[in-house]
Amino acid sequence: MANDEKQPRKLCLIASKGSLDMAYPPLILANSARMSGIEAHIFFTFWGLDLITKKKMNRLNVATVGNPSMHPWFHIPTWLGSIPGMSAAASWMMRKEIDKLDFPPVGEFIEMLMDAGTHLYGCKMSMDMMKLTKADLVDGAEVLGAMEFIEISEGAQIIFV
Amino acid sequence: MSDILSTVQFDSEGFMTNAKAWTPEIGKAIAAREGMELTDRHWVVINYARSEFDSKGQPPTLRAITKNTDVGTKEIYALFPGGPAKMAAKVAGLGKPTGCI
Repeated sequence: MANDEKQPRKLCLIASKGSLDMAYPPLILANSARMSGIEAHIFFTFWGLDLITKKKMNRLNVATVGNPSMHPWFHIPTWLGSIPGMSAAASWMMRKEIDKLDFPPVGEFIEMLMDAGTHLYGCKMSMDMMKLTKADLVDGAEVLGAMEFIEISEGAQIIFV
Repeated sequence: MSDILSTVQFDSEGFMTNAKAWTPEIGKAIAAREGMELTDRHWVVINYARSEFDSKGQPPTLRAITKNTDVGTKEIYALFPGGPAKMAAKVAGLGKPTGCI
């Protein structure tokens, strides 16, 4: 084993996106770390805050406008993406696909991560800007400034999503 | 304790290379080597993982275990310190898990 006798591994993720498709990468990586016994922390900043905001976490959508990946996957020409209801339809389809792979919806995923011992933080500055308080966040998430997160991430591998 | 394990083949990370050679006694010995004493709750997880492997040919994901047994996420992490996906697969004699969930 390569990492024997070294410092135990530690993973710090920064989740900055609030769309349905970009919500999953940081959650899956943190969960994979925990399943392998690696310490995991996620700092939710800007739109990433939606992932741990009670009112938003289960209502994330995929953008059909300005998202070139939509074309090959859903066969939606970019000019059609702006039609009302298109984003909702694409989001519905994606939720179905996510469920088929047995990945939980975002709210349940966050709960699973906390049960698994992942540390979750809301970025204080982004929260001030969006007029959010700790009560708006899922129970168990902490509020943290960027400098405090930098302290926590000492010695960790950091991934920005 | 290690007598029984001397007849078993492991890969470099301590996973059994032949899942079919596993017996509950070998499971107990692997757990002891990893510093665990198996309780009834560990066996709920191990038996489920073994039966899934027997019927589907691959070990269940951690999420499948917590969804289909009464062992929840918090408990499985407490039962298998050091990473439940890896440790449960090790003790159950299954290969290194590759699932992402």
